Amino acid sequence: MDVKARQLKRVDLVEVSGRVDSATAPQLEAALQAIMAQDRFRIVVDLQGLEYLSSAGLRVLVAALKQARRWNRGDIRLANVPPRIQSVLQLAGLDAIFRIYDSAVDAVGSF
Amino acid sequence: MPERYEITVPSDLANLACIAEFVTHAALRLGLSEQQAFEVQMATDEACANVMEHAYGPGVAGSLSIACELEGDDLVVTIRDRGRPFDAKRVPPPDLTRPLADRRVGGLGLHFMHKLMDRVVFHHDAETGNELRMYKRRSP
Repeated sequence: MDVKARQLKRVDLVEVSGRVDSATAPQLEAALQAIMAQDRFRIVVDLQGLEYLSSAGLRVLVAALKQARRWNRGDIRLANVPPRIQSVLQLAGLDAIFRIYDSAVDAVGSF
Repeated sequence: MPERYEITVPSDLANLACIAEFVTHAALRLGLSEQQAFEVQMATDEACANVMEHAYGPGVAGSLSIACELEGDDLVVTIRDRGRPFDAKRVPPPDLTRPLADRRVGGLGLHFMHKLMDRVVFHHDAETGNELRMYKRRSP
């Protein structure tokens, strides 16, 4: 798995690729926590290169989502969700909980 | 002799990627479609993560074996370990319809295993340890 975080003006963009499983999910968690520790809660997670997302990765995303949305201070929005990952989100009943965009530009612009 | 693929790995989350590659390869060799192989890989990943995190637990030495073979039209994945017995009935299913704030952020792995496979059978034997068998019907 590879995580790259970029700070834009009003939003943080996190690009995740490869496999997010129980071994690598803590790295994703650390990246998201590092952003929120700076009081930045508007985050776009770009999943373009993501091959696999296990329940451990979903737990990280849902926990971060709850944290970001607290007191309406922000949100975690997903972009470029590959079809296989989309079906995993559906299976977990999470596709209706995350706001999902076709591109990172659209997701960043939505804030 | 029927085709059978098996690996044994130490209980270490870092080995999940290697298990995924093994299972995907075996499922494709045994005639499953790409999508089915992905689903079998995912169910196996969740099952093995459970064994490493709960049956053994962090820092506990142990190993698990993963075997793939055909039984009639089914691909069967058998996972064996010698960790603590697992009682699937004690894990409540996740409620996927609750609002976000009330969601329990657990129990999803087992939910995925049942959704992705046609049949999931847990068995514990004091002599031989835990055995999980998961069945996936090959599409015609």
